[in-house]
Amino acid sequence: MSIFINEKTPVLIQGITGRIGSFHAQEMIEYGTNVVAGVTPGKGGTTHLGVPVFNTVEQAVAATGAEASITFVPPAYAADGIMEAAEAGIKFCVNITDGIPTQDMIRCKRYINSAKPADRMVLTGPNCAGTISPGKAMLGIMPGHIYKQGNVGLIGRSGTLGYEAASQMKELGIGISTSVGIGGDPINGSSFTEILKHFEQDDETTAIMIIGEIGGPQEAEAAEYFKNHMTKPVAAYIAGLTAPPGRRMGHAGAIVNSSGESAAEKVAVLRDVGILISPTPSEMGTTMQALLKGK
Amino acid sequence: MNIHEYQAKKILAQYGVPVPKGGVAHSATEAIYQANELGGNKWIVKAQLHSGARGKAGGVKLCKSHQEIADLCDTLLGNNLVTHQTGPEGKMVSSMYVEEASDIARELYFSIVLDRATQRVTLVASTEGGMDIETVAEETPEKISTITIDPAVGMQQFQARQLAFSLELPKEAIGPASKAVMACYRCLRDTDANQLEINPLILTAENKILALDAKMGFDENALYRQPAIAECRDKTQEDPREINAAEHDLSYIGLDGNIGCMINGAGLAMATMDMIQHSGGQPANFLDIGGGASPGRVATAIELVLSDPSVEALLVNIFAGINRCDWVAQGIVDLLEKRDIDVPFVVRLSGTNVEEGQRILRESGKKVITADTLADAAIKVVEAWKEATGK
Repeated sequence: MSIFINEKTPVLIQGITGRIGSFHAQEMIEYGTNVVAGVTPGKGGTTHLGVPVFNTVEQAVAATGAEASITFVPPAYAADGIMEAAEAGIKFCVNITDGIPTQDMIRCKRYINSAKPADRMVLTGPNCAGTISPGKAMLGIMPGHIYKQGNVGLIGRSGTLGYEAASQMKELGIGISTSVGIGGDPINGSSFTEILKHFEQDDETTAIMIIGEIGGPQEAEAAEYFKNHMTKPVAAYIAGLTAPPGRRMGHAGAIVNSSGESAAEKVAVLRDVGILISPTPSEMGTTMQALLKGK
Repeated sequence: MNIHEYQAKKILAQYGVPVPKGGVAHSATEAIYQANELGGNKWIVKAQLHSGARGKAGGVKLCKSHQEIADLCDTLLGNNLVTHQTGPEGKMVSSMYVEEASDIARELYFSIVLDRATQRVTLVASTEGGMDIETVAEETPEKISTITIDPAVGMQQFQARQLAFSLELPKEAIGPASKAVMACYRCLRDTDANQLEINPLILTAENKILALDAKMGFDENALYRQPAIAECRDKTQEDPREINAAEHDLSYIGLDGNIGCMINGAGLAMATMDMIQHSGGQPANFLDIGGGASPGRVATAIELVLSDPSVEALLVNIFAGINRCDWVAQGIVDLLEKRDIDVPFVVRLSGTNVEEGQRILRESGKKVITADTLADAAIKVVEAWKEATGK
């Protein structure tokens, strides 16, 4: 198994008729993703790229049994679209949108978390490249061909740095079970730790790489979780060793504000618990190779 | 986005937070006028720039005559003030704030932040005001109280009371302090602020609560729905290179090195900077060109990087997902048709349409050093920079 999505998962695309949504819907369908429905308010009853379009997520889920959703919704309406997916019973939701107001995301997460844990939707993103289970399904905007199917789980805050890792691994013949983008915002739908839990349970995943960066407590939390609860080996790369403190490095969440948030401090914490560190971004592939050989 | 103290105090006062009376001035004459309006015979005169620690740097002074006010304004206005938060070049004092002097009985600390661990708005208060809160947190953590707000219902009265009592205030100040704390929370919520710090919050000799300083930061992503806040932006406090970049919707941060960078994706941009340093160079900037960049946008971004006179070598590193290597290559070639680039120029393309991109570069006959991998690119640009500059 991969995590979250496979070739059978029925997928819904929120914002399918928009310019960007439409382009990526086509790419996802070509990759083999089981896209069963689209949602654009006001365009219900039409067909787009051969996919039936509905006015609401609720209608789309009722008619098609969609279980996963990807949302291409502009920042001002994105949190609303995510909550609509949660309410309609979607199990796994990817949000691509960059630029959602922080307070909207705080309320949105509170809304998602008001569901019982067993019924709770898993949200990844916002501000991410999406999730891909290579050879099975793609729920995102990544170039699918750079991922080789295999047994390494990949989790990253950055999209393009995730591509870099996947292609370095492919070059060395290392494949990926699922790659999950958790996004560059300060409020993430899922943290490293939450995704690590899923990989720890997944039969197909034998090792995991996390790609972190400056800002926030997530990498330290992941180290703690690894130390206490994980049996599978983990490697990590942390971007931003040269980033000056107090400056927001592109990502809304990439800023060193307090102690423990710099790249050097994160590397130290991860190394301390036995996570193998890739010293530079060009050694992510070889670091994973070493980790797999060391098993 | 940050704003000035006088702007933050004006906004907070609208929500009912007690602040000292004061007026902003852009010249010595205006400052004296504001002092006359306030009356009395002593005033606090504070330099307005986006930085804390202004007092230690000589930016805040108790003045006892009009002459003292005028002298301070003449020294500071329009000049850069260096504090330990501004960096060595300092920041321009764009205005002065003249305030009535207050009788301080106790200095307290109050702030509201977005706590990333709980992913909720958190209020922080301490009896130890007027000092750096990180120091207090390290040395005497028991002197800090925090309250976490449930976003579903917002802040409740009992929480405000709890915080006020934690400050060990006299009985008659508990009510006003609770009200002030609640007002601060409402202000943060309604204005999409992501940071509010009052340090110090004071108890006066008459047992009144007063916000003596105020610092507010706002969520850039929410400015579209906060037009009044967006108008508070003071461009004199920002790096002109960054303002220029923002006008082109590019994410740019000026740094101290000599190797200019243009990259797609914030994470890859940071990683490339790290790789340059690892290879023995220093990045001149952070620049994320974003997704779907047209040839025109690529050319604009490169010109922006080159507009920094300290750039002595240039690196373009693209891993295209929703970008296209052929568009990036075309942008580079178009720019080189238009102008010469007299510093070593290294380009690494990978991902979508990479063969087409490489072909465009090759067939253009332009002087561009190509690289295949991230490591290769960083090593080549640092080597070329050393060769060109002899450093």
